[in-house]
Amino acid sequence: MKGMTIIVKKVTQFIAPIIFIFGLYIVFYGHLSPGGGFAGGVIMASSFILQILANGEILDKLRQEESGLEFLESGAILGFIIIAALGLILSGSFVFFSNFLHNGVIGRLLSAGIIPIENIIVGTEVCAAITTIFIALVVYKDEVAL
Amino acid sequence: MEIYLIIMLVLMICGSLFSLHAKDLLSAVISYGIVGFGLVISFLLLQAPDLAIVQVVVEIVTLVIMIAVIKDTTEEQNKQTASFSHFVYLLVLLLFTIAFYLAFEKVSGGLSPFGQHVTRMATAYTYGVNTTGSANLVTGVVFGFRAYDTLGEATVLFTAVIGVLTILRLKGKKGE
Repeated sequence: MKGMTIIVKKVTQFIAPIIFIFGLYIVFYGHLSPGGGFAGGVIMASSFILQILANGEILDKLRQEESGLEFLESGAILGFIIIAALGLILSGSFVFFSNFLHNGVIGRLLSAGIIPIENIIVGTEVCAAITTIFIALVVYKDEVAL
Repeated sequence: MEIYLIIMLVLMICGSLFSLHAKDLLSAVISYGIVGFGLVISFLLLQAPDLAIVQVVVEIVTLVIMIAVIKDTTEEQNKQTASFSHFVYLLVLLLFTIAFYLAFEKVSGGLSPFGQHVTRMATAYTYGVNTTGSANLVTGVVFGFRAYDTLGEATVLFTAVIGVLTILRLKGKKGE
């Protein structure tokens, strides 16, 4: 895979950041509008996949990125469990996943306690996971063929 | 209720420990089934019947597939003659079957009759906005009331990535 023409590359340069910011919006406003961590994470991953498809593969760089993404993904799922365990400790009610932050005003961006944090963590996890699978399929293609 | 849950958890830990130290692959897989079916009863104890349905189906299907694969790939071992230890194994098997049956009876008695199921949480969902503070009710349910589900889904994705990397990365990392 050598990448596509200069037209596709230039258009990707414009569109990929917009897709990424849209994914961020879906994740951050998950507790107010339709969407959430899973949908937003896939949208963010699609912006990375678009860039890899358009610009072609630079194998060494992709290998580095893959190990970083694995770290991000494992860290995100660890963070999810830590948030759940913090609810166990801080809320005093001794319930896993209990909401230990204030609910706030319904409809504001900073409301709903730990739900936005969980959304961000799940979004990171999904984005890293989907991108890792794609990069793994690209990078290890040669090894499988052997 | 609590004591039944603790018994199930101890049983599940014993099953997973045995499957780690089992001699051959088949007994490891079968004893790992203890974990899955114990999880079914735990879900029923915790009043989560929808999860229990999914778990029992997945457990049976994966167990059948795994046993089929193992029977296909490993060579048949020479059968040993019956001895005292076999008798003990049979006795333990019988006892565990009775224990599982009693636990299932105990658990299924606490559920509402078939077709008239209103979960305890159904009324709580109606006032979800006031409880969770999330304007989007779906997110409130997914990340608030059913956060355990979400943790499971995130773990499924994590496991899928680990599986893909394990299968595709034949050579291992550089320098190893």
